[in-house]
Amino acid sequence: MGLLTFKGGIHPDDGKRFSKDSEIRTLLPKGELAYPLSQHIGAPANPIVKKGDHVLKGQKIAEAGGFVSSPIHASVSGTVKGIEYRFNPAGTKTECIIIENDGEYAEINDLTVKPFGEMTREEIIERIGEAGIVGMGGAGFPTRVKLSPKEPEKIEYIIANCAECEPYITADYRRMLENTGQLVNGMRIILSLFPNAKGIFAVEDNKKDCIEKLNKETENDPNMEVKALMTKYPQGAERQLIYAVTKRAINSSMLPADAGCIVDNVETLIGIHMAVAEGKPLTERVVTVSGDAINSPGNFKVLLGTNHMELIEAAGGFSQQPEKLISGGPMMGFAMVSAEAPVTKTSSSILAFKEDIVSKSVETACINCARCVDVCPSRIIPSRLADLAQRHDEKAFVAMNGLECVECGSCSYVCPAKRPLKQAIGSMRKIALANKRKK
Amino acid sequence: MNENYHVSASPHIRDKIKSSNIMLLVVIALLPATVFGIWNFRHENAWILVVATTAAAVLAEYIYEKLMHKPVTIGDFSAVVTGLLLALNLPPTLPWWMGVLGAVFAIVVVKQLFGGLGQNFMNPALAARCFLLICFTQKMTYFVYDGVTGATPLAQLKSGNVVNTMDMLLGNVRGTIGETSVIAIMIGAMFLILTGVIDLRIPGSYIVSFVIFITLFGGNGFDPWYITAHLCGGGLMLGAWFMATDYVTAPITSKGKILYGICMGILTGLFRLFGASAEGVSYAIIISNLLVPLIEKVTLPKPFGKGGEK
Repeated sequence: MGLLTFKGGIHPDDGKRFSKDSEIRTLLPKGELAYPLSQHIGAPANPIVKKGDHVLKGQKIAEAGGFVSSPIHASVSGTVKGIEYRFNPAGTKTECIIIENDGEYAEINDLTVKPFGEMTREEIIERIGEAGIVGMGGAGFPTRVKLSPKEPEKIEYIIANCAECEPYITADYRRMLENTGQLVNGMRIILSLFPNAKGIFAVEDNKKDCIEKLNKETENDPNMEVKALMTKYPQGAERQLIYAVTKRAINSSMLPADAGCIVDNVETLIGIHMAVAEGKPLTERVVTVSGDAINSPGNFKVLLGTNHMELIEAAGGFSQQPEKLISGGPMMGFAMVSAEAPVTKTSSSILAFKEDIVSKSVETACINCARCVDVCPSRIIPSRLADLAQRHDEKAFVAMNGLECVECGSCSYVCPAKRPLKQAIGSMRKIALANKRKK
Repeated sequence: MNENYHVSASPHIRDKIKSSNIMLLVVIALLPATVFGIWNFRHENAWILVVATTAAAVLAEYIYEKLMHKPVTIGDFSAVVTGLLLALNLPPTLPWWMGVLGAVFAIVVVKQLFGGLGQNFMNPALAARCFLLICFTQKMTYFVYDGVTGATPLAQLKSGNVVNTMDMLLGNVRGTIGETSVIAIMIGAMFLILTGVIDLRIPGSYIVSFVIFITLFGGNGFDPWYITAHLCGGGLMLGAWFMATDYVTAPITSKGKILYGICMGILTGLFRLFGASAEGVSYAIIISNLLVPLIEKVTLPKPFGKGGEK
C-alpha cells in the first residue's frame, strides 16, 4: 500500500535521533510557576485568585474569558504571589499568575466530576472545556469549541494527528509508545460524541513502532484505524493531514468540519482522557528538550508553568553557550529571547542550537529557481508573494492567493538565495487578514 | 546563563544549497562539452575564444558593478555560466575580440541594465549570440572541421543530403564549440538532473514537442534516422538542457514549464523547417523567453483546496 501524503513539502534532517530513545521522565519544579492568562487562541482567561490566596493542585485559577477561551488550573499547591507581566515563550510580555510552590502537591478533590459512563454528550464537552483542554500541538485552539460543530452527525473522521513532522520533537512519539492506552481512550471518548465518525490515527512511517503499538491497542475497536503517512514536512499541518487521510482538500476559509473531520493531536487526546476518564484538569504535558547544545536531550513530563531554565538543567544543561533557543520545532517554533519563560499548554519542545544558521545565511537575489513553488503545500508562488509583500501591495497579494499560506516555512527552507520568504508572506498575511476582518 | 539569544522568524533551519553552489554545478556540468569542444577544435585554437569570452563576462560584471557602486556579485558564478555558455555557442574560428564583445553585451546590456541577476528577461548568452549573428553574420556562420570549411550537418540535412548521425552523436562534425558532441552534453545534463539542479519538465516537453512537429511537418513522417539527425544537429541539445532550463528566464509555474517547452519545440521546428537558416534554437528560446510572463499568467496554479488539482 502506498503511503498517504500530499503534494509538495520538504525532507529536512529530522534530528529525532537525539531524544527519541529517551523515556519520558517526570520533572518536579523547584522555583515559582507562571501561568500566562493567554496560552490559547481566543480571549485571555480571567483570574479568579488574588495575591496571598492558597491554591491546590488542579484548582481553577482563571476562568474562560469568552466562548473561544479556556480556563487555567494550578499545577502545584502553593501561594499566589501576584499577577505580573512576564515573557511567554514567544517573546511577548503577557499577564501571568505567579504561584510559589509549597512542594506538597496537595490535589483538589473535584466531587462534581461524574464517571465517563454516566456523562451525557453535553457533559463530556463541558468537562473537556472546564479541564482547560486546548489544541496542544501548537495552535492552542480550545478543544471544547472544536468538539461543538454545527452538525455533529456530519463528522465522519476524528483524526489523531500523530505525524509529529517537525524535526527534533519526540514528545508525541514517546507518548504514543508509553501512553498508548490513554491516547486510544481519548479517541474513544471523542468517538462517543460523534455517532457517524471513524477514528483514525495518522502516523508518519518513520515511527513504525508506534504504528505497531497503536494497531495492537485498537484491535478491539472496529471503528478505529491506524494509517501510515509518508515522512515529510509539513505532513502534520491540519489541511495537509486531512487531505492525506481523506483526499478532501479544504482552503483557508474552511474548517476541518467542512470536510467532515476533527483533528486533535496526541497530547490533546491524552489530555481529554485525563479530563474525562480520570477527572483531572490539564496541568502537565510532555516537552522534548533537544538540540546540539543540550548535554543529554530527552523528553520530560512537566507541570505547566515550570520555567524553561529548569527543563534545560534537567537535561544536563548546555554543553556550550547556544546561539539560539527555540520554543517548538525548528520549522515553526519561536526563537526565545531568554530561557526564563514558563512552559505553556502549547510548548511541545525547547531546542538549543550552538549555531544559528539563519543569521549566517546571506540573502542574495532571487534566481527564479521555482524550488519554493515546487515545495509549497498550498500551491501558491512564495517568491512572487514575498515580492508583493515587500512592496506592500496588499491587493495583488490577496489576488495571488497569499491568504492561502499555511506559514509552514518550507519555502524559506529550500530557498537557495536565502530569502526570508515565509517571514515576508506571514507579515503581509497578518495585515491582510486584519483588514479583511475590518470590512 | 541569562544571556540574550539570536531571534529571527521561523524556520530556524535552512537547506544547505546556495545560489552560488547551483551556478557552480552548472559550470561543472558544462565541462564535458567545453573540454571536448576545445579538443575537437584544437586546430582552430578554440581554447583562446573560450577563455577570452568567459573571462570577459566575469570582468564586465566586475567593472560594471564597481562603476555603479553596487555590491560585486562575481562570486555567485552566474557570469561564468553566461560567458561559458556564450563561448560554447560560437564557431571556433570567430576572432576572440568578437567573443569578448558578445560577453560584454550579454552581461552589461542584457543582464545588468535590467537589474542584474534574476532580473533579465532574456537568456544573456543567447541574446549575445543573436547580437553577434546580426553584427558579424559571415564570421558567425563560418564553420570548419579539421581544416575543411563547409556546411554544418544540420544545413546538409536541410538541403537533403545524407548525414552521419554517429559522428553527430560523438561530435566530430562542424558546428559551434560546445554544441557538436551530444554525448558530452548529455553527460553534463545527467549530472544536472542527478544533482537536482534541473528536471525533465522543460527539456522533456521541448524535445517531445519538437519531435512531434518534425514528424508532422518534416516531410519524412516518423523516420527515426531523420529525427535523430535533427535532435543531434545544431544547438538543440545544448539549448534544451542548458539554456531553456535557465531559471531566470523560464516560467516559475510547473505547468508553465511544460507550456514553455512546447513553445520552444514548435518554434524550433518552424524555424528549422520553414526558415531561411538551418538553425533555429537560439531564436526559439529567446522568443519563448519573451512569452514567459504570459505563460505564467495562464498557468498560475489553483491553490490547495480551491477546486484545483488536489
